[in-house]
Order: sequence, then C-alpha cells, then structure tokens
Amino acid sequence: MVTLNDYLLVSGLLFSLGFAGVLLRRNILVIFMGLEMMLNAANLSLVAFSRFGVANGLPDYNGQMLVFFVITVAAAEVAVGLAIIVALYRAKQTTHVEDLTSLKF
Amino acid sequence: MSPTLFWIFAAITLGFGAATLINRNPVASALSLAVSFLGLAALFTSLSATFIGIVQVLVYAGAVMVLFLFIIMLLDLKAEQRRQVRLSALIGGVVIAGLFASQVVLVLRHFPKGNHEFPPLSLPHPDAVNIGLTLFGHYNLPFQVIGVLILVASIGVVVLSKRELN
Repeated sequence: MVTLNDYLLVSGLLFSLGFAGVLLRRNILVIFMGLEMMLNAANLSLVAFSRFGVANGLPDYNGQMLVFFVITVAAAEVAVGLAIIVALYRAKQTTHVEDLTSLKF
Repeated sequence: MSPTLFWIFAAITLGFGAATLINRNPVASALSLAVSFLGLAALFTSLSATFIGIVQVLVYAGAVMVLFLFIIMLLDLKAEQRRQVRLSALIGGVVIAGLFASQVVLVLRHFPKGNHEFPPLSLPHPDAVNIGLTLFGHYNLPFQVIGVLILVASIGVVVLSKRELN
C-alpha cells in the first residue's frame, strides 16, 4: 500500500539532496542543478496532494496547474541563468564560486 | 501502482539525485540529473497525472538537460575537477541538509491523515482534457502572463549573450 506520506517522504529527501548540493558544491553549474532538484521536489509533493484531495472523482487540478506554472518558470529561469553563467565565464574564465568575489567588500 | 514499482522509481530518483552531487565531472552530474528527472516523471504518472509526467519528460529531461549539457560542453570545465572541497563547507552542508531531512521524517511520523491510501478516481475525460479545460478556463490570465514572461526571458537571453552591451 503506497500512502501520501511515502510520496511526501521521497519529496522531502529529494529536496534535502538538492539543498545539500547547493551548499556543498562549488561549481556554479552543479549548484544550478541542485536548484532544479529542489523545484522538482516541491512539484512532487504538489502533485501528491492534488491526487489525495479528490472531489467528485476528480483530482484537485489547482495543484497540477501550479506545477505547470512552476515548470514553465523554471524553464525560463534555466535559460536566463545559463546565459548569465556563460557571460560570467567570458569575463572571468571560471565557474568556481570561490573565484567569483568581485561583489565582496 | 504497486508498492514495488513505487519504491523502484523512488530509488532511481533519489539514487541518481545523490549521484548528481557526488560526481566530480559536470557532464556525469547532468546525465544523472536527467535520469533522476525521468524517475520523477514515472512517479507523476503513478499519481494519475499523465500530462504533468509527459511535460516533465519533454521540458526537464529533454530541453533543460540538453541546455545544461550544451553549456557544460561549451565551457571547457576540465580544470575544475581537481579542487578540494573545504571541510567546513562539507560539514555545514551535510549537517543542515541532514537536519532538514530528519525534520521531514519527524513531521510525517506525526501526520496520521497522510497514512491512508489515495481515494479512487473516476475521470470522465482523459487527464489532458481536464488540464486543458482548467488552464484555458479558470487560469486563462496567468497562462497569458506566463507567455509574456517567456518572451521577456528569451529577449533577455539574447541581450545577455551579445558580446558588447552598447
């Protein structure tokens, strides 16, 4: 028997994996991948709650709409973020966050 | 969905997600993340959200990961692999993420409402029809706003990719 809590557990573990990636890795591209993982973990719990809140035999489609918008915004975010990373690499020749200290006081 | 299949796909999602963090090579990280997203799409399909599952495969495992691989191969990242991870960052990251994960487990243990099976569905139309009716009916304005957002993002990418900003 698969319950709602099983899906929420997988979602929480995926979120903490992405969070650990953002904190641990020093390569800005892998940090970006960790961000994507966190967004997807939130999507999983949204879809699980939408499937759990059944009314008249239909799932709660408001949750799935939010997932749709999150996926769209994430795609736009990836395009802009990777363009910024390419511009940064052109200026500094590195993608290592410890070499990018020009904003440090 | 049978519990065996659920746990197999959950293990694929979490295992390849962990491989994304552990791999030193960014190309291997990106490919592991693509497999992790495919496992997540299977989990979405198991929740009867077939449309979201297909969008996940098309947008994430397809477009976004190809963009990542393209950028990784465009920037020559071989010199990054030899760096050491600092010990304080390692300990801090593991402790904070572990605290978060244990807190999730603790909250879920005291959430008896979620310990039931999912109620049965009776869909009069396929999933995509219902999604379309909701998206173009109740969510029509947000849908058009998101179109403007994508237009602005694509213009922004073109401006950022130019060599000189005059």
